[in-house]
Amino acid sequence: MGTVQLWPLITPVNPASTWGPLIFIFFVSATKEAWDDYNRYISDKKANEKEVWVVRQGIRKLVRAQNIQVGNILWIQENDELPCDLVLLGTSDPQGVCYIETAALDGETDLKTRIIPPVCMGIDYELLHKIKGVIECPGPDRDIRRFDANLRLFPPFLDNDLCPLTIKNTILQSCYLRNTEWACGVAVYTGNETKLGMCRGIPKPKLTAVDAVIDKLTGAIFVFQIVVVIVLGIAGNVWKDTEARRQWYVHYPMEGPWFELLVIPLRFELLCSIMIPISIKVSLDLVKSLYAKFIDWDYKMIDQETGTPSHAANTAISEDLGQVEYILTDKTGTLTENKMIFRRCCINGIFYGSESGDALKDVELVDAVSSGSADVVRFLTVMAICNTVIPMKSKTGDILYKAQSQDEDALVRAAAQLHLVFFNKNANILEITFHASTIQYEVLETLEFTSDRKKMSVIVKDCQNGRIHLFSKGADEAILPDAYSGQKTRVFVEAVEQYTQLGLRTLCLACRELNEDEYREWSFLFKEASSNLVDREWRIAEVCQMLEHDLEILGVTAIEDRLQDGVPETIETLRKAGINFWMLTGDKQNTAIQIALSCNFISPDPKGQLLSIDGKTEAEVHRSLERVLLTMRITTTEPKDVAFVIDGWALEIALKYYRNAFTELAILTRTAICCRVTPSQKAQLVELLKSCEYRTLAIGDGGNDVRMIQQADIGVGISGREGLQAARAADYSIGKFRFLKRLILVHGRYSYNRTAFLSQYSFYKSLLLCFIQIFFSFISGVSGTSLFNSFSLMAYNVFYTSIPVLVSVLDKDLSEETVMQHPQILFYCQAGRLLNPSTFAGWFGRSLFHAIVVFVISINAYAYEKSEMEEVSMVALSGCIWLQAFVVTWETNSFTILQHIAIWGNLAAFYIINLILSALPSSGMHTIMFRLCRQPSYWTTVFLMVAAGMGPILALKYFRYTYRPSKINILQQAERMGGPILSIASIEPQPRSLEKDVSSLSITQPKNRNPVYEPLLSDSPNTRRSLGSGKPFDLFQSQSRLSPSYSSNCKDN
Amino acid sequence: MAAKGATSSGGAKDGTSDSSSSSKKNSKKPKYSRFTQQELPACKPILTPGWVITTFIVVGIIFIPIGFASLFASEWVVEIVDRYDEDCVPHNYTYNKLAYIQNSETNKTCMKRLIVPKQMKSPVYIYYQLDNFYQNHRRYVKSRSDKQLRSRASERDTSSCKPEAVRGNNYPIVPCGLIAWSLFNDTYGFSVKNKALEVSKKNIAWKSDREHKFGSDVYPKNFQSGGLIGGAKLNASIPLSEQEDLIVWMRTAALPTFRKLYGKIETDLEANDEITVVIQNNYNIYSFGGKKSLVLSTTSWIGGKNDFLGVAYLTVGGLCLFLAISFIFLYVIMPRPLGDPSYLSWNRGQVNIWSKTVRHSFVLMKEIIFGKKAGNHMLAS
Repeated sequence: MGTVQLWPLITPVNPASTWGPLIFIFFVSATKEAWDDYNRYISDKKANEKEVWVVRQGIRKLVRAQNIQVGNILWIQENDELPCDLVLLGTSDPQGVCYIETAALDGETDLKTRIIPPVCMGIDYELLHKIKGVIECPGPDRDIRRFDANLRLFPPFLDNDLCPLTIKNTILQSCYLRNTEWACGVAVYTGNETKLGMCRGIPKPKLTAVDAVIDKLTGAIFVFQIVVVIVLGIAGNVWKDTEARRQWYVHYPMEGPWFELLVIPLRFELLCSIMIPISIKVSLDLVKSLYAKFIDWDYKMIDQETGTPSHAANTAISEDLGQVEYILTDKTGTLTENKMIFRRCCINGIFYGSESGDALKDVELVDAVSSGSADVVRFLTVMAICNTVIPMKSKTGDILYKAQSQDEDALVRAAAQLHLVFFNKNANILEITFHASTIQYEVLETLEFTSDRKKMSVIVKDCQNGRIHLFSKGADEAILPDAYSGQKTRVFVEAVEQYTQLGLRTLCLACRELNEDEYREWSFLFKEASSNLVDREWRIAEVCQMLEHDLEILGVTAIEDRLQDGVPETIETLRKAGINFWMLTGDKQNTAIQIALSCNFISPDPKGQLLSIDGKTEAEVHRSLERVLLTMRITTTEPKDVAFVIDGWALEIALKYYRNAFTELAILTRTAICCRVTPSQKAQLVELLKSCEYRTLAIGDGGNDVRMIQQADIGVGISGREGLQAARAADYSIGKFRFLKRLILVHGRYSYNRTAFLSQYSFYKSLLLCFIQIFFSFISGVSGTSLFNSFSLMAYNVFYTSIPVLVSVLDKDLSEETVMQHPQILFYCQAGRLLNPSTFAGWFGRSLFHAIVVFVISINAYAYEKSEMEEVSMVALSGCIWLQAFVVTWETNSFTILQHIAIWGNLAAFYIINLILSALPSSGMHTIMFRLCRQPSYWTTVFLMVAAGMGPILALKYFRYTYRPSKINILQQAERMGGPILSIASIEPQPRSLEKDVSSLSITQPKNRNPVYEPLLSDSPNTRRSLGSGKPFDLFQSQSRLSPSYSSNCKDN
Repeated sequence: MAAKGATSSGGAKDGTSDSSSSSKKNSKKPKYSRFTQQELPACKPILTPGWVITTFIVVGIIFIPIGFASLFASEWVVEIVDRYDEDCVPHNYTYNKLAYIQNSETNKTCMKRLIVPKQMKSPVYIYYQLDNFYQNHRRYVKSRSDKQLRSRASERDTSSCKPEAVRGNNYPIVPCGLIAWSLFNDTYGFSVKNKALEVSKKNIAWKSDREHKFGSDVYPKNFQSGGLIGGAKLNASIPLSEQEDLIVWMRTAALPTFRKLYGKIETDLEANDEITVVIQNNYNIYSFGGKKSLVLSTTSWIGGKNDFLGVAYLTVGGLCLFLAISFIFLYVIMPRPLGDPSYLSWNRGQVNIWSKTVRHSFVLMKEIIFGKKAGNHMLAS
């Protein structure tokens, strides 16, 4: 466009009027890009320049991380972060074990053990420098759970067979070495070819829904522009041939150049090129980075525990936050704190901690401990030693526990608080103290936990009396059937039921005394099974089962994975805002459902209904899916909160074979729980919802959520306990789940509203000027004369009109409190009510109307002897500036001092700039502004334009505001009048405490342990139970659902 | 504090951190200000009926007097408009006006008599009015060189003046360009009762133009010396800054109908005076169907005779009052509490029957309002 303008024959105005803003825009965007790049460069440099010990020619040297090459031997110290993927060769531990924390990789915070390959066993420290060998490994891939490779060492080391390597022999990039003094290994993958690097993928630039709408509108305006250009071009050529050739003073040559026909259309193209505001890009970039800054700055989104502020890494997509329709959330660490706390227990039929909710504070239990009750002591002993926890003495003398499982950690710590302290583990000797006496146990065997067995056991020998005990703990369904025949397990079943209803994670503890012979006999079998090469796991399980029977059930523990503060309220608020929630977790179905219940994710019967999709085979899944879909279709008319639960296996099948049915289900349901899903399935689900044109937000905290976060329209990472990987990959990182509410309802909503106004306003002001030019062309012989001079055209977009609108980033239509109280108002953003073709048509009409007002008034008021070109141009421009100042004022909901300065200061600046220009003799508008300002008719003309332009708009707005108010208007009125808002607030359901809610639940349905209701069964009246305090269920999106059937439904119950 | 720190390190292991650990990391926090928290004090006006109705009434009350004042001022101006392009063509040329005007031999002098309707206080401005003359045509409006007009040094700066830039090959035309070339060249002589009226041609152009835009050392050169003669010729011995007719002409008009100042009569004209005007009808508007008129006019605070502003002010003021009254009317028959939560749709279940009837009556009212609104738009256009 600019190039065409450089051609003086057709250019209506000075090229600077197009080139000036263009250069300015490029400059601004380029600066921003450069700044981002610089920051990225700094962080890359930091990572690359970290120094690590690398063996070079047999000598250990400090080398920059960027210089590590595949095949280098690296030495890692305790608490170092791995710079690349390693195959372990040696560790400080004589057994060749080391501990790593993989939080950044898969989001699991517990320590994992890694072991050196058997062939490297026993190689001493010095020799490790000289070790030589070959590792055959596959090319880099993204599977962090597999590593199938072979290792062969060269002489003088063992040179027998190939030694197979598995993931157990590796440490991957960005893990941390813990509890191990040093470890050394061979770099196998480096740089971006590590497993982590491959997983990371390249994040695609995200385009917001608002951007898409703006693009469409721009396209529409472009088409309009082309039409205008063609019409005016033809009209211009016709006029030229019929009229202009007769007008001798225009002096048209009889024979023009070949391109003559094109000259007039091209001129109009240039005149109309301002129709698409190029400044919109800069304005949007500026305000978007300000939105992001507001998120960074927000004090209410700072995690008080860690002091981490929220951060918007992607500055371009804040509006999308306001348009979220689906939130896909991880469970552990996102909804919960990932902090296990021992809450209750049932020992030998006695419930502890039922009243206070904390067994450790239960006087009865404390008394029982101090009196040394045998049952309790045995119970505590199992809690303390039936695990794989490693106690460590810290420098201050405290004992730190390193546990692979957070549950075990919680149990051991609880036992310690009840004075049974597990304080040392020395090879196979465990030492515990109880009331100042030390007891030693020798661990004979550990029967490890597998997800199939759902239990683990240890066989220990009491070093004092030599007795051998089997201590077991595990899920109730795994332990209770193994009770000895005489024991009454009913009380434990009840305990488990009760605890599960409370959303606690239960474990049953059991023990059995073994006699020497039995153990020895079994031990032989166990060793045989362990060395088996075929079906080893299965054989071991079988052997273990031989020992784990006739158990004496000691009791049940209940551990709480506490929900983060404010999670239920947040979810309730966001659900009320019309956002659908999906929970995607790697956890078990039951736990997932319990958490879902306790955080308002799904409602208990009868308000809510949970349908289960399960099955191991295609047919089963299909049947289940169809049934759920059927129920779902029926219940859409009911005000019921129907959710479905699906596990990873069924999901795999559903996604593979029944994608359409599943998609339909996904659209129908507002809530879903997917358990046992893999990171890639999480991403697939996001993809599925995105393919249905939904705006998705994925929130998670661990490395396993990274793919989902990157896949979603908006990725939110919780910078929590599972490291920062999710937070780094995400567009936004927040400290706690509850900030999501503020992020969406406050920041997202405001951003959307502001962008909606700003973009449409930008079009409005450009169109306004353009329409005037078009009208003017009709009275200037359709020859493409510009009414406005070059400077005005340039300054109009860049100075006069852009500053007032930029301060609209401070505009708040509703106060934050009101939005929080009425989250339903988010619907306006979700549905795109503030920026769509019809609102745009309103703005288009407004600019047309204003252009007519300005043009008609200026050419009539400045007619005859006053119709001097520069003066008329200035009058029209003044009219535009005044009108736009008033339009911004009209559309602003809250005026801060900055807005006043910007709007009125800008108006003043317009006069100052033009007065200065008028003072310059060389400028085209020399003295024009002085003359105008002295004329009473100038001011009367301008005020007439303002009144005629704004009067109808005010009237219309007032009429709509008062008699056809939108929800936003009503809330605005309510908020600013004081009064009635309080009455609405009282209708709002109060935030419920978890305990209260759950206890009412457990009273009403004590028998109903499994909350997965068979869909068809639950339709029968028998299974429906009233909740007692039935709260009206708020469904905003489903106004249609709030039909009379709702009340009748309630009565039925 | 030290003791507390010790316990908190133990506590941190449990993950329960307390205030002391959080206060350590305060440095990460962003700076607090009301701006960053988006909590600047803001005034949040809402459109209450009171405000809106008052605004309309005030605007109406201000606009109507201004409208009347403008209208009176416009009425007070005495204006004589006399179109002479038709009358000044001899009858034998009626069907061939072009030949008449292009023929240098024909007598172009023409006599017109004008009656002064009301007393005209001096100064009486003389304008010529051209209709259907596109001084704003792009080709025309660009064809000038401000630099050349300003100073003698830029004499050769004629690149923008095409096609009237140079004479022959290398002689720049001063002043160059189509605008100057087509300078209006009709002249008028006035007499009342056989006594010639003196027409002052001084100070008819803008002072700023004379002093800054047209150089006092720039003299016409090679002007109107080519084959095709456009408009008036200029006296080559008078600098451009004193060629006021040219300066006036060079202020291009934005509209195809425009008036340009010809001169001033410094004496009062009495009512019913008969003015005899001797017109030299030289300027060719016949080829494109233009019109030429002679205008004598006094002036007022608002300028010449122009009813537009007055009428527009009265209309807008009247409409504002009308809107105000109808809003009051609406407000009285249908009071509507602002911020009524029962209108929130998610609480719609609670909207009672009464408000539904109100809603219905409103739809009727709306039609009335919209009818009015349409009228409003029509005024503006």
